[in-house]
Amino acid sequence: MFTNFKRVFNFALADFYRNKGISIATIFVLIITIALVTGLFYVYGAGNFIILQVQNKIDITAYFKADTSEQEILDVKDQLLKSLQNVTSVKYVSKEQALVNFTQRHKDNSVFSQALEQVGDNPFLPSLNITTNGLSMQYEQVAKILQSDNFSNLIEKVDFSEKKDTIDKVFSIMSNITKFGLGLALILVIVALLVVFNTIKLAIENSKEEISTMRIVGASSWFVRAPFIIQGALFGSISFVICLVATILLSYFLSSGFALVTGGFNLWDYLIGNLWLIILIQAGFGIGFGIVTSFIVVQKYLKI
Amino acid sequence: MNIIKFENVTKIYELDNVILQDISFEIQEGEFVSIVGKSGAGKTTLIRLILGLEKPTSGNIFFNEINIGQMQSSHLSQMRRRIGGIYQDYKLLSAKTVYENVAYIMEIEGKANEEIVRDVPKVLEAIGLSQKINNFPHELSGGEQQRLAVARALVNYPDVIIADEPTGNLDPYNTFEVIALLEKINKTGKTVILSTHDREIINKLGKRVITIEDGKIIRDEVKGRFII
Ligand SMILES: Nc1ncnc2c1ncn2[C@@H]1O[C@H](COP(=O)(O)OP(=O)(O)O)[C@@H](O)[C@H]1O
Ligand SMILES: [Mg+2]
Repeated sequence: MFTNFKRVFNFALADFYRNKGISIATIFVLIITIALVTGLFYVYGAGNFIILQVQNKIDITAYFKADTSEQEILDVKDQLLKSLQNVTSVKYVSKEQALVNFTQRHKDNSVFSQALEQVGDNPFLPSLNITTNGLSMQYEQVAKILQSDNFSNLIEKVDFSEKKDTIDKVFSIMSNITKFGLGLALILVIVALLVVFNTIKLAIENSKEEISTMRIVGASSWFVRAPFIIQGALFGSISFVICLVATILLSYFLSSGFALVTGGFNLWDYLIGNLWLIILIQAGFGIGFGIVTSFIVVQKYLKI
Repeated sequence: MNIIKFENVTKIYELDNVILQDISFEIQEGEFVSIVGKSGAGKTTLIRLILGLEKPTSGNIFFNEINIGQMQSSHLSQMRRRIGGIYQDYKLLSAKTVYENVAYIMEIEGKANEEIVRDVPKVLEAIGLSQKINNFPHELSGGEQQRLAVARALVNYPDVIIADEPTGNLDPYNTFEVIALLEKINKTGKTVILSTHDREIINKLGKRVITIEDGKIIRDEVKGRFII
């Protein structure tokens, strides 16, 4: 058995070497396929990251009546944090802090500062700034708590009703982009897989006569099939290793540049965090597809 | 004991193209039988039926008294290993060298490496291909390719040698060399089946001749001559 395995392995190596052109072509299309799938995985990660960024920027501000005490406001904050596990943060902004923030933001604009001087008094209201996870459901929940009887008499106004439309719009755009992108990606991957299938088919078709001769001289179907499947595995393994090394190098060297463009998406951290999944995806598409395709194609010519 | 037996075998390709009709004969172990017929008479079809490469439309074919039609794929492979085939188009493995072509036959039998390394060069020496060990079939002349096919057919000491017009593409010199080789093999007790439409070969052999015409056996003579 071991001798047999060594033999078919040697056949595979010899064929691989003797048909260098076809071997390289097959590895090339496999690399393209794996690269495409890996790229998709990264786009998916970056997309999620960007969505998260947007979601973190979606917040609700509850303005309290001018005479509400700090303690009362902090009670509301506790209440919110207690009843909503997924609230990212609830930040208290006092009257004074609001004024400072405003003057900071508009210090170059004399119209605003003049207006403020005319008012004389601090016109700002203390507020709670609530950052949600961006999902409508949590959004409604926050609104419900703020509008409940215990709190509604403390609150002057809640700044969320206008924003809700924007949020829903952002989400619908995001989900459309995701759907469209996924559809396009799926088509690309299918096309790539078809190219791989046809390249391997072409390679094995060259050996059609040989396969039939091998059967005529009495080789078992296993003995005929194994070298082709090992070759498929070999094509896949080589493509896989090349892609993995390229992924590691690109993630490392492009990390800082990419972080700038996406507002902080770190390629290297993403790679390390998903290393096993990436290895699984690349090995699956490379080695798995190499083997499966070879198996299917040889099967067709083995029928004698 | 008969090694090959045809029992009312009919082979019809699609479109009612009747190639063989109600063929029955037996070949005993150790016989030298020639199958004779014009080109297109069905000689190759008959041989493909023996190897299990085609299925008879009706009737049964037995190898060592086992019905080929009822053999599993693995059993069929085993049977083919007991048959050394020599074909008009050689059927060599074009991507393998001369050495590898012969070694392959021993490898599928599961022979030990030492045995292969010892026997293959000996066989190649015997048929005069020692100088071409690392050449590929397309780098050989027709005669050399056919000698390689003969070496391949013999290397595993098969029970039966089947030669389908082995001399069809050879010059007279190579032709008689191949036929002499087949006679020599037959003398060692092996069964030989030779298909040919070469009158000179048949008349010189003086062995059993089965003549096929219009899909039927029209003659089966122990010391046959070429008469069509
Ligand atoms: N696979 C096939 N399908 C249809 N017809 C075939 C096939 N193989 C052979 N034939 C036909 O069967 C006849 C006999 O062919 P063959 O056995 O090769 O004859 P021979 O070897 O005696 O020259 C020929 O007319 C040939 O055209
Ligand atoms: Mg023929």
